[in-house]
Amino acid sequence: MNSNFAMMNNYLTYKSKPGILSWLLSTDHKRIGLLYLVSMVVFFWVAVTLGFLMKLEMLTPGKTIVDAQTYNTLFTLHGMIMIFLFIIPGIPAVFGNFFLPIQIGAHDVAFPRLNLLSWYLYIIGGLFAIVSLFLQGGPIDTGWTFYVPYSIRTTTNVILPLLGAFILGFSSILTGINFITTVHRLRAPGMTFFRMPLFVWALYATAWIQVVATPVVGITIVMVIVERVFHVGIFDPALGGDPILFQHLFWIYSHPAVYIMILPAMGVVSEIIPTFARRTIFGYKVIAFSSLSIALIGYFVWAHHMFTSGMSDTSRMVFSLLTFLVAVPSGVKVFNWVATLYKGSIELRAPLIYVMMFIFLFSIGGLTGLVLGSLSTDIHVTDTYFVVAHFHYVMFGGTAIILFAGLHYWFPKMFGKMYNEKVAIWATPLIFIGFNMLYFTMFILGYLGMPRRYWSYLPEYQTLHIISTVGSWILVAGLVLMFGNLIHALLKGKPAETNPWGGVTLEWTVPSPPPVENFEKIPVVENGPYDFSTINGETNGKN
Amino acid sequence: MEQGQKPHLITYGTYVLVWLSLISLTLLTVTISGVDYGRIALFIALVIAFVKSVLVVSYFMHIKFDEAIFKFFILVALVTLASIFILTSTDIFFR
Repeated sequence: MNSNFAMMNNYLTYKSKPGILSWLLSTDHKRIGLLYLVSMVVFFWVAVTLGFLMKLEMLTPGKTIVDAQTYNTLFTLHGMIMIFLFIIPGIPAVFGNFFLPIQIGAHDVAFPRLNLLSWYLYIIGGLFAIVSLFLQGGPIDTGWTFYVPYSIRTTTNVILPLLGAFILGFSSILTGINFITTVHRLRAPGMTFFRMPLFVWALYATAWIQVVATPVVGITIVMVIVERVFHVGIFDPALGGDPILFQHLFWIYSHPAVYIMILPAMGVVSEIIPTFARRTIFGYKVIAFSSLSIALIGYFVWAHHMFTSGMSDTSRMVFSLLTFLVAVPSGVKVFNWVATLYKGSIELRAPLIYVMMFIFLFSIGGLTGLVLGSLSTDIHVTDTYFVVAHFHYVMFGGTAIILFAGLHYWFPKMFGKMYNEKVAIWATPLIFIGFNMLYFTMFILGYLGMPRRYWSYLPEYQTLHIISTVGSWILVAGLVLMFGNLIHALLKGKPAETNPWGGVTLEWTVPSPPPVENFEKIPVVENGPYDFSTINGETNGKN
Repeated sequence: MEQGQKPHLITYGTYVLVWLSLISLTLLTVTISGVDYGRIALFIALVIAFVKSVLVVSYFMHIKFDEAIFKFFILVALVTLASIFILTSTDIFFR
């Protein structure tokens, strides 16, 4: 590529409008990706702080630093911010926006203005939630699940954060529509569906869930608001409503939302592993189809969140069976990743270490999911710390760790700067040890009967709570080190090469950072996405 | 219009015919609501509504004349909705 073209059109320095407006009104998918990244990192640290305070409170039985009502607010906000503002938009909004068009050889997404609108909706939704904290009535205390009838009867501010979630839903739907259209319409010549990188496949499957599932939560939220304001009996049994109906509707969205969170992460893993194993991915088509089947089956397992809610026995058996089926495509992915590493020429760099951490933590999260998916064992551990531990192993150990892996993998491409890899690697044991101290103890606590969302506890649980709290300190130290290293690299990092890792997907063919239009000329694709034969100088890695 | 896409022209006559059909079906719904069909009353009303939505989607939204991929998209949404109803009914009808 012409280096002058790249330098003159660097997307970071390009000025289409004066000052900050060239960012806030930019329709460039890469800038929008960064807008998401910055806002999400801010929300992430707010939620980490809330979680940190929660763990500090649990250091001793009874009051340590906050009272019970404040604790209710802490866990509600921690959940809401992490779920709706960090982990759901997460990987698609940042890396999807940034890399989807580049990986399929396009100049931008199909609807660039809609893309910017979805970021604005995201920010407006977040503001609604924040504003509600300071209004009369006080911050919401329902938990992030907004279960009725409590969410209809509580005097705290429920409507505003619900509206926030409603607006955030629209943001998610718009991103989904944009990605589906982009994949169908803007692939470069020769970029057939089965030549698309697996990250694109994962984003495509995710986009379908975003479009098909998100409207359900929108409708549900509207119904809760209607019931709160007009006292129409939809969910509240006192008014003739059905509270289990709310749980159905809520989880019809919120369980597929779990796959909105994890599927793109699995896509990132499928990018990083071949690059650092220097060989083509094992079972490309099977991984691509497993993304679609996770999206499909994942849609039909929602009621496993409701096994003890009073549902019929028939539905409990049906949903338990369906839940076990999801393990099949998830297992397919994990085995294929491991098989890709087998006999690969592995280079243990920072992004791959985060991926290794993911495989370990996500496997624990996935396997403990089977404990919760079985009706008999679920009854014992439901609504205990066991569920909290499982959720954090899957979502934090899964999605967030891969978001960090993706940051380390694509950072040189996104910013044209290289971070200190030693520091990045040193942060991993801190995160890993802190994480397991914090959350593995929760499995044991839950098994022993410690209920979730309780402000105080019996003295026999204290030792495990102390270990867990100390774990949270180590984890936060690791996160500070990791983010600090990346921020330092932003300011003082050495310039990054076009292809620092030896990757073979299209983003590694454009300069770091990429030019505004991505490609001087749209590439013609002739190979599958993980053809390392040219780099390895051999044919055994060929697709 | 994109290259390769078949041109289509819907006459005003067809639009008017679809419109009249929709009005007739609405009148039918209103009329039979006065008859006691017992447990299948809801089913009948839903079938009529379904026929009406097929007419709107096919003609007014032009899906009948569009590429197969759009029909597939709509099918995905419909199958998903049907699956949600069926799975939820395993709770509602067996409680």
